[in-house]
Amino acid sequence: MLLLIARRLMQLIPTVIIVSMMIFGLQQLLPGDPATIMAGEERDPEVIEQIRKQYRLDQPIPVQYVYWIKGVVTGDLGESMRLKEPVSTLVAQKLPVTLQLATMAMIIAIFIGVPAGIVSAVKKGTVWDYVVNVISLWGISTPNFWLGILLIFLFSVHLGWLPASGYVSPFEDPWQSLKTTIMPAFVLGNSIAGVLMRHTRAAMLQALSSDYVRTARAKGLNENRVILAHAMRNALTPVITLGALEFGTLLSGAVLTEQIFTIPGFGKLIVDAVFNRDYAVVQGVVLVTSATYILLNLLADLGYILVNPRLRP
Amino acid sequence: MKKSFRYGLAALLAAPLFAGSAMAQSSIRIGLAEDPDVLDPTLARTYVGRIVFASICDKLFDIDEKLNVVPQLALSHETSADGKTVTIKLRPGVKFHDGEPLDAAAVKFSLDRHRTMNGSFRRSELSQVDSVDVVDPTTIRINLKSPFSPLIAQLTDRAGMMVSPKAAQEAGDRFGQKPVCAGPYKFVERVQQDRIVVEKFADYWDKANVHIDRITYVPITDSTVRLANLKSGQLDLIERALATDIKDIRATRGLKLATASELGYQGITINTGKGDAAKGPLGSDARVRQAFEAAIDREALVQVVFNGEFKPGNQWVNPENSFYQKSVPVPKRDIAKAKKLLADAGVKTPVTVDFMVPNNPETRQVAEVVQAMTAEAGFDVKIRVTEFATSLKEAEAGNFQAYMLAWSGRTDPDGNIQTFAYTGAPNNYSAYSNKDVDAALDEGRTKNAMPERMAAYKRAAEQLAKDVPIVYLYHRLVIIAHRDRIEGYRQMPDGLVRVVGLKIKG
Repeated sequence: MLLLIARRLMQLIPTVIIVSMMIFGLQQLLPGDPATIMAGEERDPEVIEQIRKQYRLDQPIPVQYVYWIKGVVTGDLGESMRLKEPVSTLVAQKLPVTLQLATMAMIIAIFIGVPAGIVSAVKKGTVWDYVVNVISLWGISTPNFWLGILLIFLFSVHLGWLPASGYVSPFEDPWQSLKTTIMPAFVLGNSIAGVLMRHTRAAMLQALSSDYVRTARAKGLNENRVILAHAMRNALTPVITLGALEFGTLLSGAVLTEQIFTIPGFGKLIVDAVFNRDYAVVQGVVLVTSATYILLNLLADLGYILVNPRLRP
Repeated sequence: MKKSFRYGLAALLAAPLFAGSAMAQSSIRIGLAEDPDVLDPTLARTYVGRIVFASICDKLFDIDEKLNVVPQLALSHETSADGKTVTIKLRPGVKFHDGEPLDAAAVKFSLDRHRTMNGSFRRSELSQVDSVDVVDPTTIRINLKSPFSPLIAQLTDRAGMMVSPKAAQEAGDRFGQKPVCAGPYKFVERVQQDRIVVEKFADYWDKANVHIDRITYVPITDSTVRLANLKSGQLDLIERALATDIKDIRATRGLKLATASELGYQGITINTGKGDAAKGPLGSDARVRQAFEAAIDREALVQVVFNGEFKPGNQWVNPENSFYQKSVPVPKRDIAKAKKLLADAGVKTPVTVDFMVPNNPETRQVAEVVQAMTAEAGFDVKIRVTEFATSLKEAEAGNFQAYMLAWSGRTDPDGNIQTFAYTGAPNNYSAYSNKDVDAALDEGRTKNAMPERMAAYKRAAEQLAKDVPIVYLYHRLVIIAHRDRIEGYRQMPDGLVRVVGLKIKG
């Protein structure tokens, strides 16, 4: 088991290096010179040249990459051109926010999606199945920004129960933090819940029609036990994979939702950075999220082993 | 389980306490349309950043509602007869937020920092300054390379913002992380893309007029959400509300509206001299450009896209500006004239035009209206929607025939035209070049007397109306909305939110 974890962690290193090279190379393909964009209306050619020198933009891309990766190894992710702040500070500011939002969204998604999937599989063909299907389709097909604005108008403008936007850290004020994040978390969780429900339903249907379930029933086991202990456990494998993937996507930033609720997470950071061609920030955030993504996949693999002993080495 | 419940309960009980302590202090929240860039007056370049600077960094001079220059950290200024030295008297006894004195030496330090610091965006604004002398502790003398009448206007913006020499020397180019200036509010904290908090500066020179203890700036990009926050009371004031929301704001109880015509403009830059794109009929024949302009109905355009709230315009300053040339009025739409001009030019219709438009919903709509209007005269405008950063690159390379471009505007007219129309100037995307216009623009910035400047700009306006390197379309409205508990708000034409004099009712 430990060996497996160690091996997977070793695999992480080349993957991150390849990802970092790709992101470095790809963003150089973006048209537009960072120094010119940074100058905006204040286009003084001499100053633009100074900035290009200062950030080594005048040097060949491989040289720039070597400088950057050297910094990364020593824990220095570079400096934001636009904000003159270390990228590591920005990442440290945003990561907890994104983590909190993603975790809340995931909890909401699991609490809605998994039970709904089980119910619709068990009650296949009944009214329950249709109702759950309609709700999940609604969840998948509702655009996040639209649902977000709708929620703001209902809960903030009309009812005045929740703040329309902004973010408060749970360490500062847990109650206020919950109030500011519940709407965006619901919006994000809502769309994932639909996907989770569909997958849980499919996996459950397959499990319920398998031989061991028939055997379990033949043994005279209580139906609840058949469903929860026998069928669900086996049906969870694809759901865990999907959950980890969705969680990873959430970590790379829920761009639109963060924009609407003004949640200062990775999504807003990276979008602003791309539009401003603030390369160091884009690289830093992508590096951190891709590493986290790979770690999550590892956790998902470990999760399979936990629910399915047959996979144990 | 029990323990966590107790913590939860404690948090619940504590929440109103926090709210209570916050209420003892008067505070307001201002919604910004974007997250500002670095808060260092020397290195900053965004419009939204200037809104925050308005509370933390005072300038040597300021403007009033009529665009007149009024004193702020300076008391007066005097230009020598040859126009080459400007002597500025400073307000005595002013202190920076760190308690350092704002004297002539500090002013010299700030101006020199603006002029020489690596990456300074103030360099070009102060490029005519040769040196700064300290005459006595409250007087400085600015020596110019050549007479430069926009200088004082430059000092009403970031070039006139003074920073504490001690703090600036200690922080270097990280000064923007904790700016120390001499404004009514001092910087407290900033969380990127979340908030900027400032609090009342006890030793401010005009502290009798500062009534609110704390201001939090919150960037909210989506204008619908920004307005929703204002309506729900989460925000007290928002900047850059949409023209299409004006009716709604007027109709909402508890909200007030403040507007002013902007200093800048929205226009279409035409490539007249860069690369192959300029060789088409539009770039090479002024008559075709005149026809293009004649086909546009500016009044209808602002009616359709902006509910008639914006002002049609045809020059680099708006028609209310004292530098507007009345001899070149906003032309009416004239399709017959446009068709005749095209016939005179002998071009084959339809004349195709590659029209590059930065990607945002409003400019896209404007482009579509222009496309429809000019089609009637014989143009086939092909709209190419392009991401903004990419569009700048394309414009620089000359890969466009027409380019929709907005300018946020400067206090002095020189800042709205010189960089666009002077031969080889940095923003001259049109690659326009005309000796008479160059001479007129030179005169406009070196002469000090208003009649002489007016005469020079008149010559430039008349020539530019013939050559049409830029088709000016309209001037946006600065639209600020605030809750009615805020009193004393006055809108200046630069669109910035001045916080001195603001009060909370009751």
